[in-house]
Amino acid sequence: MASATVANHDTTAHDHHDHEHHDNFVTKYIFTQDHKMIGKQFLVTGIFWAVIGGFLSVLFRLQLGFPDMSLEFLRPLLGGWIDETGKLDPTFYLALVTMHGTIMVFFVLTAGLSGTFSNFLIPLQIGARDMASGFMNMLSYWFFFLSGVIMFISLFIKTGPAGGGWVVYPPLSALEQAIPGSGLGMTLWLVAMTFFIVSSLLGGINYITTIINLRTKGMSFSRLPLTIWAFFLTAVIGLLSFPVLFAAALLLVFDRSFGTSFYLADIYIGGEALPNTGGSPVLFQHLFWFLGHPEVYIVLLPALGITSEIIATNSRKPIFGYKAMIVSMLGITILSFIVWAHHMFVSGMNPFLGSIFMFLTLIIAVPSAVKVFNYLTTLWRGNLIFTPGMLFSIGLVSFFISGGLTGIFLGNSAIDIQLHDTYFVVAHFHLVMGSASFFGMVAGIYHWFPKMFGRMMDVRLGYIHFWLTFTGVYLVFFPMHYIGIAGFPRRYYSWTNFEFANMYTDLNMFVSVAAIITFAAQFIFMFNFFYSMFRGRKATLNPWRSNTLEWTTPLHPGHGNWPGEIPAVYRWPYDYSKPGAAEDFIPQTVPLSATPESNLPHEQELVKLEMEIMKDESEVLVANESKH
Amino acid sequence: MYEFLIVVGVVLLISVIWMVYRIQTLVSVVKGSDKKIASGSNKINAALFVVWLVVIGGLMFWYSIKEWGNYEPPVASEHGVVTDGLFWITMAVTGVVFIITHVLLFVFPYKYQYSETRKAAFFPDNNRLEVIWTIVPGVVLAGLVISGWMAWSDITAPAPENAHVVEIMGYQFAWDVRYPGKDKVLGDYDYRLTTASNSHGIDFTDKNSVDDFPSPKIVIPKGEPVLFKIRARDVLHSVFAPHMRLKMDAVPGMPTRFWFVPTKTTEEMRTELNDPEFEYEIACTEVCGRGHFSMRKVIEVVEPAAYQKWLTEQKTFIQQNPALAEGVSVETKELAEIQLRKN
Repeated sequence: MASATVANHDTTAHDHHDHEHHDNFVTKYIFTQDHKMIGKQFLVTGIFWAVIGGFLSVLFRLQLGFPDMSLEFLRPLLGGWIDETGKLDPTFYLALVTMHGTIMVFFVLTAGLSGTFSNFLIPLQIGARDMASGFMNMLSYWFFFLSGVIMFISLFIKTGPAGGGWVVYPPLSALEQAIPGSGLGMTLWLVAMTFFIVSSLLGGINYITTIINLRTKGMSFSRLPLTIWAFFLTAVIGLLSFPVLFAAALLLVFDRSFGTSFYLADIYIGGEALPNTGGSPVLFQHLFWFLGHPEVYIVLLPALGITSEIIATNSRKPIFGYKAMIVSMLGITILSFIVWAHHMFVSGMNPFLGSIFMFLTLIIAVPSAVKVFNYLTTLWRGNLIFTPGMLFSIGLVSFFISGGLTGIFLGNSAIDIQLHDTYFVVAHFHLVMGSASFFGMVAGIYHWFPKMFGRMMDVRLGYIHFWLTFTGVYLVFFPMHYIGIAGFPRRYYSWTNFEFANMYTDLNMFVSVAAIITFAAQFIFMFNFFYSMFRGRKATLNPWRSNTLEWTTPLHPGHGNWPGEIPAVYRWPYDYSKPGAAEDFIPQTVPLSATPESNLPHEQELVKLEMEIMKDESEVLVANESKH
Repeated sequence: MYEFLIVVGVVLLISVIWMVYRIQTLVSVVKGSDKKIASGSNKINAALFVVWLVVIGGLMFWYSIKEWGNYEPPVASEHGVVTDGLFWITMAVTGVVFIITHVLLFVFPYKYQYSETRKAAFFPDNNRLEVIWTIVPGVVLAGLVISGWMAWSDITAPAPENAHVVEIMGYQFAWDVRYPGKDKVLGDYDYRLTTASNSHGIDFTDKNSVDDFPSPKIVIPKGEPVLFKIRARDVLHSVFAPHMRLKMDAVPGMPTRFWFVPTKTTEEMRTELNDPEFEYEIACTEVCGRGHFSMRKVIEVVEPAAYQKWLTEQKTFIQQNPALAEGVSVETKELAEIQLRKN
């Protein structure tokens, strides 16, 4: 067994040398099969989309915060979507909201987060030369790119992009008569999402295969960093749920274009009765949320994995309850598939189903709570270094708590009657899913930037970026809870038609100003990111003094990651501040036999085993050498 | 000119920031702070967590207390009192958790900030702790779920027999209201019968529809069960009556329902709030297109006696537009004529 592994390593090392010389610009930067470059491609594309998505939110926050303001100055950009009186068109307002949601959820927090870090970190942290299939991995990016191009085009067509909300509930999304965005805009949305699903599946299959098959010697599942566990479970969720979205979208395509009635029934619109009968709009909601809810965890789990790693490293302390963290993530993974209908308590579905889903939903709060307590215990009695990555990780924990707690209100169907589809929901998911995942992504960028580009990002700009963004996010989303409790419905162009909502103009203005400042603060980050990429200070090999494998690669790892053999792994990744050890970290590559002073009793027993394996291997190595 | 000044200002601002940035980078290189594990900013960040907790946390609590009673719309239904109770119980429970966890999360960074002389505690796991913080949230959540489930079962139970029925139909972009009339049974409808004069698509060949009548607003009696029969004609809508704590989607092809007992008349609420203009309102909470934000309907809650009186004053669809009765069977027509004569 051992000999086979060693032999494999030998051949792959040779392959890698063969590869190196025929890299030209196209194969290195564009149609690359190197997981690190693909990760960076996802990252840069994700940042591009984040700017677009954020900018769209600034546009509609202008409308909500300053309803009387003339938006004439936006005419060069928005053209006919600004009417003669200088007001934003209400239909385009809905399109803005829809595209903001779609872009942020799918393009930024799924592709930008999972795509970047799963690609970049999986081979580096498990000790593999590359993904199981570099070619599929390349396809994954280019399908995502294509999807993005189509979605981008849809922003500029005459009838506007899709406008029925990011959940695209039919019949609104099926009938062009109902809203202009449901014409060509919606068609492009569906095509773009189809390519996006293809991209996610190609990526997901690769992540799972790579983690199962390509772990280096000694890297058992119980020694995987929590990041890898998170990426693994995320990929599993995506693989099981995205096909359901595809099915839902396909049936919607049939309803839109081929006269079927999966979702349509008894509709009289635009002065005519449509022939469709027998369909059910609620069916679409079930199918959509069967992806839609797991999707929440698709964006959240990678962020939680990243922060587990960063918090442990910068607390100089093992993550508390490594196994409990894995079990919680497993629990969340499984439960995420059976809570979808809590988005539908008042959709008209059978109230008995509502009861069932309420119970299941509140169960999922337990593993989430365990994770929070474990984070707190990890910080407790640590030796905390506030790198920007660490700051953003702590910020994530705060959002995860705040948004998670409001989820307890919404998961309770009796309370949800009032709060459903109000700003309370908006506040809830922007904190727990949007901001938390975004912070996880930013934390990851700050933390792994030295590995990505061999340079450091400026820490002070990082601090400013963190404090502005952290404060900004709370100032944007905390007031929304009040607005939501007051009953302000979502996706409203203006609230002046209603007496019950004819207040809080000041609070809405405040939220809008906070949102614009928060958005502006992101340019500090972008400057830091692109400037440091070329002009940042040269990084050291292991700047955060971390234990995981990626820091054993050269400063600029080539395709294949390690120039020689892939290092073997002898311990879990969280041996920080181990009693007896001289340094406050022991990398995974240090054998237990080399650290007798810090070994725990049960590890001392493993040393014997380890010595035997190492002896066997050296014999095989000698034998191989003599053959050459 | 104005624009030019703005541009110059922005350019100046950016160049100042740039200079500061370069200078501080050079200073840190000279000082060699990049070689240190934790520089002086570690202390500043640690302290900022505490400052943030006090300032922003204080701001949040100050505003919550100052606006107490402002953000919650007054409640006017029986089940609404129950769900509001649940809301505030949940608020109390989660509030305590929020405060404790955030104090810990923001104080730990200050207390355990990096020090070269100290080593972090090696504390990788503790089963007892894990079990405690699995079970405690489990029990607390079970309590919340069970109380929520009991309320939910009551709210969604079938409406009492004597409930006053009102049909609310959503379409782009308004609500239409229909009452069942004296027989207390709504007549059949078919969406294919919809015309400009018959917006509900009522089937007037059905005897039950003869006495059905429309109303520009929803009038309901106080203290008696009311059943909203909800449907939609084109796309999804959602009936949301914030003061009644009532929300239910209107789905084309699938009628839905929600019953409740209003507890305060509009007049009583006006006195209570000292607002003579007050009206109970219905809004749409499921995105439905351009006019989504303007689907308003007024609910007027009156004393039961006034409600009975109001009912007798209403004119049926056929009374308002006799043409609707054209083409229906002789028998039904007679019924309609009798009605016409009565008034």
